[in-house]
Amino acid sequence: MGMPSLPVFGDGNLHIDEPFPDAAHRELGNTQMRANLRHATHTIRDKRLKVVGELPDWEELRDAGAATKNHVMANLPALLEEFEKNFTARGGVIHWARDSHEANKIVAQLIKEQETDEVVKVKSMATQEIGLNEYLEEQGISALETDLAELIVQLGHDKPSHILVPAIHKNRTEVRDIFLAEMPNVDPNLTDEPRLLAMAAREHLRRKFLAAKVAISGANFALADSGTLAVVESEGNGRMCLTLPETLITVMGIEKLLPGKEDLEVFMQLLPRSSTGERMNPYTSLWTGVTEGDGPQNVHLVMLDNGRTAALADKYGRTALNCIRCSACMNVCPVYERTGGHAYGSTYPGPIGAILTPLLTGIKSEENSSLPYASSLCGACYDACPVKINIPEILVHLRGEDVDSKRGKKKLPTQMDLMMKGAGWAFSSGKNLALLEKGLPLGKLAAGRDKKIKRLPGIAAGWTQSRDIPAPPSQSFRDWWKKEHQSPAKTEQEK
Amino acid sequence: MSAKEEILSRITSALRDAPTPEPVPREYRRTSDMPEAELIELLVDRIEDYKAHVDVVDSAQLAATIAERLKDATSFVVPHGINEDWLVEAAPANDARRRVDAPGAILSIPELDSTDAVLTSSAVSIAESGTIVLDGTPDQGRRAISLVPDHHVCVVPVSTIVRLLPEALPRMDITRPLTWISGPSATSDIELERVEGVHGPRQLDVIVVKGL
Repeated sequence: MGMPSLPVFGDGNLHIDEPFPDAAHRELGNTQMRANLRHATHTIRDKRLKVVGELPDWEELRDAGAATKNHVMANLPALLEEFEKNFTARGGVIHWARDSHEANKIVAQLIKEQETDEVVKVKSMATQEIGLNEYLEEQGISALETDLAELIVQLGHDKPSHILVPAIHKNRTEVRDIFLAEMPNVDPNLTDEPRLLAMAAREHLRRKFLAAKVAISGANFALADSGTLAVVESEGNGRMCLTLPETLITVMGIEKLLPGKEDLEVFMQLLPRSSTGERMNPYTSLWTGVTEGDGPQNVHLVMLDNGRTAALADKYGRTALNCIRCSACMNVCPVYERTGGHAYGSTYPGPIGAILTPLLTGIKSEENSSLPYASSLCGACYDACPVKINIPEILVHLRGEDVDSKRGKKKLPTQMDLMMKGAGWAFSSGKNLALLEKGLPLGKLAAGRDKKIKRLPGIAAGWTQSRDIPAPPSQSFRDWWKKEHQSPAKTEQEK
Repeated sequence: MSAKEEILSRITSALRDAPTPEPVPREYRRTSDMPEAELIELLVDRIEDYKAHVDVVDSAQLAATIAERLKDATSFVVPHGINEDWLVEAAPANDARRRVDAPGAILSIPELDSTDAVLTSSAVSIAESGTIVLDGTPDQGRRAISLVPDHHVCVVPVSTIVRLLPEALPRMDITRPLTWISGPSATSDIELERVEGVHGPRQLDVIVVKGL
């Protein structure tokens, strides 16, 4: 290999059009959504803790999961070649796609070859990321989402707000209203009981499943040593798509590989418990190329880069690719719980989205640079992550990248540069700090009678945008200490 | 340069400074020893938690139990390799209710859709998570037959039960089409509240058979 190439970033539904603070500000005003989210995230947190607590070896499974993924990333070229060889040997066809446009074109072409204009889809983050449904629509092909939550989003002309339960921001009554308005032939007396809503979806989709010629899926895992793909699901819509149509097209990111079968024993314990809080999800399907007389006979796989290699090139950020899309991090995140998934503007919301999105697109990509700040760095996501991605550390790293990338653009030093320079001077010696501390009573003066500072100047105004600062004390700790220790007699007396 | 070559070269370039990863520690439980009675108890508890019905019977009672579970079905499908002894009470060979799916004589999707139930065996079961694995061998049939009918009666021989997932994987031929089933189909998509029964079979009856 000659000169190392520059990272090539991804595109598709990864670029946010509004900075996170603005979007968050708007979303926070939606009190119904906040109530729905609070209820849902707290339910799932409790379930997760219960089933994780049942396993005495949870931490050992996390260690194995993290190490396996690190091993995969370090050996990716060899594992990809091995997978391709095995998948192809058993009748599957592999396509490679550098970016979302290339992937979309491949999928559309494969569908057209089957002479159909309607396909059924199993929930897939990769196809969401590349905007496949929108592209197919432009090509005159309608892609029907069959996962209940995805169906709610699609019928409601809405956007997903969570990677596992995309309609988490809607409560049962809102779902009923969407079904009544948008679902053909729906019973007008439909109530908002979740069981009846699920039955309405079953009725609506059943004929489509039984007649579909082409299905599109993602994949949760791909085993290199056998060429096997796995899809993990609950409703049976996955089994329908993976079993009944003649043609199956799977779109998968290149980072989804596992070396072999024995790795499933780790990941199939980590994933369901972290994601839906169940000991095991209702259905997992595994297939290896084509099996004569069982399932689709025309089997394709699109291997997608779309910025993954750029993320891999970031030596601090590359572990973000270890993500298995369980969503545990968003369910425990205090920021996500309040702003909801739409505020993150990308296919990947929540803590993992705040690192993965800018890693895939580059930190310089317009508004995406605001995402690493969408966190209080509390670390709950790191504790919950089944593959131990150190999300807070990567957030801080990306904030640094963002500051560095902006510094270069301006000739004059920014307010932040000046402040940091000032702080550098103040903290470099006790004398300097003491000099500065003489100004403390001034702050008290600024605070006024209620002892609160309501507005700071310049970039510090961001801090006081939603909170007050208490007035500084009239003396510094250092002054206090000096006074106390000059009169040991008094201290003795107090004892 | 083809897309494949380009992506592989991007990866190689991205990994220039990557450290050699540590070996994968496998300190988690990979083996267990649990007496058969406890193993059965654990599996039953887990499957019932998914709102499936479970019978635990001796092999002598199996045919009668199958007949009982299938008594409300006006028709049911069996894979061609099903053990005929299991059906002597439910539906002997000439019974009009039974439909056999065999290679070269497969049931069409509309035929499966108009069939009430399906009876299959299973390959391996994991007690700790309440998971039953079907692998498409002749007594389990191709995947479509255990998917389209709304009621699945599944036989689990006790000799196929293990406690842990790591004990189950060596028993699976990974290149066969595998379906892992943990309860009837379900969704938690509305307010994260679990509802049993969506697109897959809405009713799952499991018959655990001792001495088999």
